[in-house]
Amino acid sequence: MSFLTLTNINKSFGANTVVRDLDLTVNTGEFVSVLGPSGCGKTTVLRMIAGFETPSSGSIRVDGTDVTALPASRRKIGMVFQAYALFPNMSVRENVAFGLKIVGMSRAQIDARVSEMLDLISLGHLADRYPYQMSGGQQQRVALARALAPRPNLLLLDEPLSALDAQIRTSLRDDIRRIQQELGITTIFVTHDQEEALSISDRVVVMHKGRADQIGSPAQIYNHPSTGFVANFVGKLNTFDAMASGTDSVAVAGQNIAGLRSTAMPPGTPITVALRPEALSLARRPGDDLSLPGRVLTSSFLGSVIRAQIEIAGQSVSVDMFNRSDAVLPVVGEQTEVWFARHDVLILREVSP
Amino acid sequence: MTRRPPILSILIALIGAAFFLVPLIATFNFSLRMKRGELSFAAYRSVFESDTFLSVLSFSAVASLMAIVLGILIVVPTAYWVRLRLPRMRPVIEFLSLMPLIIPPVVLVFGYVRIYGTSSILPLTMTQMGTNILLVIGYVVLSIPYMYRAIDNGMASIDIATLTEAAESLGASRLRTIAVVIFPNVQSAIVSGAFLTFSISMGEFVITSLLNRPAFGPYLVQMGQDFAYQPSALAIMAFVFTWVCMVLMELFATRKPGQRLLPWFVRRTVQKGKL
Repeated sequence: MSFLTLTNINKSFGANTVVRDLDLTVNTGEFVSVLGPSGCGKTTVLRMIAGFETPSSGSIRVDGTDVTALPASRRKIGMVFQAYALFPNMSVRENVAFGLKIVGMSRAQIDARVSEMLDLISLGHLADRYPYQMSGGQQQRVALARALAPRPNLLLLDEPLSALDAQIRTSLRDDIRRIQQELGITTIFVTHDQEEALSISDRVVVMHKGRADQIGSPAQIYNHPSTGFVANFVGKLNTFDAMASGTDSVAVAGQNIAGLRSTAMPPGTPITVALRPEALSLARRPGDDLSLPGRVLTSSFLGSVIRAQIEIAGQSVSVDMFNRSDAVLPVVGEQTEVWFARHDVLILREVSP
Repeated sequence: MTRRPPILSILIALIGAAFFLVPLIATFNFSLRMKRGELSFAAYRSVFESDTFLSVLSFSAVASLMAIVLGILIVVPTAYWVRLRLPRMRPVIEFLSLMPLIIPPVVLVFGYVRIYGTSSILPLTMTQMGTNILLVIGYVVLSIPYMYRAIDNGMASIDIATLTEAAESLGASRLRTIAVVIFPNVQSAIVSGAFLTFSISMGEFVITSLLNRPAFGPYLVQMGQDFAYQPSALAIMAFVFTWVCMVLMELFATRKPGQRLLPWFVRRTVQKGKL
């Protein structure tokens, strides 16, 4: 059941169009991430859902009601900002109670809800602190509690983890997901970090130059990227210039590879094929049915992973292999075969840069 | 290796300090010598015994307070709106706010007298109250460069736009946002602006004198012409008053939420939290 529907959204600031033809449907209780590099329009999308920007065209519906023209203060959204945005003059308790006072709840109800929220983020013991007395991670938790306290329709998270350091980022990320699932609240999460997006989302929207390049589950986005941009932005990627040699075959590095997913290109068209570093191996694994000859350029031991750079047809290619006790470190300068499976070959619609 | 004490620097600092302190000490010393052959506060007593002194002081105080209220009502919403919605206009508004420093008060007050004089459609100078209103407006204009800067800096130190959006996302109306979120967070800036306005208005001479108002500035000048010791006493008191204003400003400006005005009286120690 769709809860939030964006239909044909466009947004321009003057001559500069930042969001183009965006359609998105989010189901009740779903966690959707909007992922993209800075300037791709992802924050503008969130701000339009929140009501801080008005779309130049298109409509936004929440729970069946058109909210396109509704001011932010009447949309019943909970928003968490990158810079926390706690009210500096209020204690933690007062911050969380802010939205409850506005809807006119009784004092007893407010107290109960505030302590419930503070328990949810495990910061009950800091209720009387002020924002300047807390760490960034604690402040962002309070901001989350403040946003959730009035039981909003939608939770909007605008790069909430970007200002935090790595360890806290991971733990708060897991907390956000846990709380979101506990409350079953429909959530939109904006981030430029692909790992963040893949790890906590039900679905991911990858945005590029104002368009949604691909919308799908984290696994779909990673395993079957539909454009070169998505493939490059989400995870590491080796790309090869190739030539379509049939409807389901390509010529790459002097070899013809057939039986691929359809290229939908007339023979002779230059296209890009790509392989994830972990899809490649220097030893033949079960299922590997193709190989390319190459020479080891570098090899490094990273603990759980052995990473090697292999030169194939004059191009440097990254290979990641799981480390096992019987693994042999590739020797620099050695000739080798790089193995992969036919179905791991990605065919990208557009030629990647 | 021992470092040589920076003798030259100390010397320059001492000369600089003397430049400010000697006249002050001399004036103070002189103000104590009203009774021949002894040091006393007689001059101060004589100032306070004068009815005129108290009446001009209270007139100036009331006018200054009115100027503060009017100034806050004009500057806070302007600075807020410019920062929130018209950030490109900020240099223009900033330049406008500096105009009172460029236009001499004499020019300003002659302009007032011409525009609001007898033959104008709004003859403010024809009545006592009208002239008082004009005086307060003049004070507001004179203090706007300081008021605007203080409040604008206060708003720069908090993220006005994001705080406004946070409040709106929680359902707060614009007015409520200004009253509950913005205002308390720029309170210390407003208070500093208010003290600056107060100290400018209290001693203002040109506008007050040319509008012929019974205020403290003209009184001070008059005293200077008529008496010997009392003006020194008044000058010292004005100086102390200014300093008290500065100290209060500092206290308000550095106060953090949840602290009392005098933080060194607070025993509770709060440590920065760790996650």
